[in-house]
This record gives sequence, C-alpha cells and structure tokens, in this order.
Amino acid sequence: MFRNVTELVDLAESQQIKIAEVMIRQEMEVTGRSREEIFAQMERNLQVMEQAVEKGLAGVFSHSGLTGGDAVLLQSYIQKGNFLSGETILDAVSKAVATNEVNAAMGTICATPTAGSAGVVPGTLFAVKEKLKPTREQMVEFLFTAGAFGFVIANNASISGAAGGCQAEVGSAAGMAAAALVEMAGGTPSQAAEAMAITLKNMLGLVCDPVAGLVEVPCVKRNAMGAANAMIAADMALAGIKSRIPCDEVIDAMFRIGQTMPVALKETAQGGLAATPTGRALEAKIFGVPLNERE
Amino acid sequence: MKYKSVFDIIGPIMIGPSSSHTAGAARIGRVARSLFGRKPKWAHISFYGSFAQTYKGHGTDVAIVGGLLDFDTFDERIKSSLEIAKQEGIEITFRKEEAIPDHPNTARIRIGDEQGELELVGISIGGGKIEITELNGFELKLSGHHPAILVVHNDRYGAIASVANVLAKYAINIGHMEVSRKEKGKEALMTIEVDQNIDQSIVDELSSLPHIIQVTKIVD
Repeated sequence: MFRNVTELVDLAESQQIKIAEVMIRQEMEVTGRSREEIFAQMERNLQVMEQAVEKGLAGVFSHSGLTGGDAVLLQSYIQKGNFLSGETILDAVSKAVATNEVNAAMGTICATPTAGSAGVVPGTLFAVKEKLKPTREQMVEFLFTAGAFGFVIANNASISGAAGGCQAEVGSAAGMAAAALVEMAGGTPSQAAEAMAITLKNMLGLVCDPVAGLVEVPCVKRNAMGAANAMIAADMALAGIKSRIPCDEVIDAMFRIGQTMPVALKETAQGGLAATPTGRALEAKIFGVPLNERE
Repeated sequence: MKYKSVFDIIGPIMIGPSSSHTAGAARIGRVARSLFGRKPKWAHISFYGSFAQTYKGHGTDVAIVGGLLDFDTFDERIKSSLEIAKQEGIEITFRKEEAIPDHPNTARIRIGDEQGELELVGISIGGGKIEITELNGFELKLSGHHPAILVVHNDRYGAIASVANVLAKYAINIGHMEVSRKEKGKEALMTIEVDQNIDQSIVDELSSLPHIIQVTKIVD
C-alpha cells in the first residue's frame, strides 16, 4: 500500500503503469474484489457526476436562495465568445459551479473527496472531455488517479473542513484534479505529482467559513476557483515546471497549517466570511436569529 | 491508515450538502439503527463541536434521523426524514452541547423503546467516513465499512479464544479486533471487524458460548 506521493509515483514509474492502474491494483488487493466490480462502481460514480453537471447547467437554486443559477450565467457568457480567459477553463469553472449548486440544493452528487468540494474534479473532467476526447474508460481512470492522490492527502493530512479548513476540502480536490488532468493529457506520474504540489501550495491556508453554516457561500465559488487553479497548475506541470517543495512536504505543510488554524475558521460559522455583517444578516434571515445568538 | 479504499475518496454517492455533516451523520444514525435492530420509539440526539454550530445549515439533523430510519446516504427520503419520523410516531429531540469533543464532528445518540435502550457516540472524520467511538458506555473503534460483530461478554479467560475459535471454524478472517471493559471481571465488549459476512447461525452459535451475554451483527 502506498503511503505517500513519492511511493505512488515510484510504483507507477517502476512498473511503467499509470497512477490509475496503481490505485486499481491496490483496491483489488485491499478489498479482494474483482477489477470489473471496482471499475463498475467507479463508473457509477462517474454517471452521478455527469447527471449532477447536467442538472446544474439546466439551472438549480438552493432552499435558502443563497446559491443557484450561476452555472447557467457562465455558460451563456461563454456562448457569446467575448471571454477574457479561456473557453476550457471557463467551462471547467461552470461545471464545477453546476455540481456544487446541485449539492447546495440537496441534490444527488458524488463526494470528491467531500460534498462541499464535489465540483472541482467533475468540473475539470467534463471540460477537458471536449478537448481531449477521452474514452469512457479513460474518464473512469481519471477518477482513480484523482482518488489515488486524494487517498494520500486523506491519510497524511485531512479532507475535512472541520479538521483542516477549506484547504483540506477544495484544496485537496483541486490537487487531485490537477494530477488527474496531467495523466489524462499524457503527462508522466512525476508531472502529475508536480501539478498537485503546485495546486496545493496555492490553496494553503484557505479557511472554512461558511455563511450560516450552509455549504453555499463561499463554497460554490471556491469550487470555481479550485477548478481554475487545477487547470492552470496542470498546464504548468505539463510545461515542465516543477515545485521546489516536494508534493509530500506540501501535504505535510497543509496538515500542520490545519492543526494550527483557529476553530472559528474550521467549519463552525464563527469567523471569516460567516462573521461579516452581511454573513450574519443572511444567517438571521434564513434561521430567524444569527447562529452566534442561537440557543 | 484511516482511509483504506479509493471509494472513501471518490464517493459516496449522496444527497448534499455535506459529506461529513450530512452523509456521515446519516451513516452514524444508520449504525445506531442497525445495532438497535429495530425502529426506535424515541431518539435523543446531541451535537458537539462543528456539528453543534452548523447542524441546521448542513441538514445534519435531517440526515441523522434519516439514518435512524435506515435510509442510505443517497436516499432522497432523507430530505423529509423529520416528517417521516413524526408520521411513524418517533419522538425526537436535539441538543446542542457546549462541551468540547475530541473530534469536531461528534454526535451522541440515545434511542430506545419499551424493550430497551442504546447509546452510541459517532464521529464523522471527513468525506463521509465515520467511526463509532462509544457504545453503551464502552469505548470502541468501528469504521462501519466492514461487516462486524459486537460481543458483550463476562470478562473471563477463554471468552475471547472461544469466539475466535468459532470464527476460525467457519473460515471467517478477523480484520480488526478490540476488547474494552468498564471494570476488571465485569461486563466487557469485543468489537470484531471481519472480511466475510457472518450468517445468523454463527451468531447463534457465538451467543450460546459460555460467558457470552449478547452478540450483535452489523452488516456493511
């Protein structure tokens, strides 16, 4: 069983196999299940992601009314063609937003690695699908690659906002997506690790400060930026750029930052954006009384 | 390592909005239901830490009750679990606790009916993964990801060996095992996670062993 990114990359490069294949073999070994069974379960996850993106792009709104409809706005903006950044990156952003809008509306999603960060991996995957034209099998592999990197973060740091802040959720998701993007685009396992390191470095310190304790503000837009971050980092790694700080050390830094992060900024709705005048006002409107004054 | 499967990371398929506060809470509730073995008449649910601060926003209350109703994380009925519980005559109370827990996402569930009661503490560690840390006053560690049996027994020599022997006879491999007791020589609890499913006949055989008081099976 690989314990860190170095071991994961070594396993892939020494056997000349993909990261996805390392993950599949480990899953077979640990669970005793067949390759077909494992692959089918991941394909089911892919279907749920695809349906969530479609639903979000059609337009959904949450109960609280705080989020919804932004994926639609972005898609119609892309259609007009006057965008400043790039089409693929905006497509990734809109599909990440779509997924999280569905999540906020208590729709069905697949946690990747969590529900609050569920938009980044599918957002990037379904955006590059248009460009790289992967087979269905390669799309499933993308999820195994993302899962392999997420597995390392979960075991060596955290994927919980309450334990490690948003860096542990959207940060992890973006790192996982960046690595999987690199592998799908034909990059090496080492390049995938570099992409994850570059992404995660730019997510360090991100706090979890949901307004009214809802997975909506700023979660939906953080997924948007997580997707953008992953796309840029993947391109940087594919260009041959390396992280000066090795991936495993970045993960360790994230863990230590999460440990020292104040509780008010770890999914308690007590600090950050949740504690702004507008955040408190929204909270009071939704629940009748602000969280900090509630029984 | 806390996470063993890729599906702990990519998954579960679930109703939003939070894997730890919604899906994890549903799983904690469902383990309580499974251990209790039947629909409870009442449930007292206490939230600690982040659960206490944000349970309304995340639908943690709705999800944990959904679990008590035996709904899985992706079951659409979770959304209306409070109404369903009311219709089924289950009396439910929630408490927001001030005490600072070891883990920020902690819930304590007490459920019961005229025949008995059960109390457990569950933590949601991220991505929908949970652990049960306390059951009826015994400390334990239960991931809820493998079939498991809980054996309440008298704290006597040979009790553990006799249980292990029966499992070995049926080629059931123990993946994780813990023994916990409140006091030397009194009641104790074995928590055994296994790789294979355990038939009811094996549970009955274990129950009939000397010093064994109660055996409960938890299916994944």
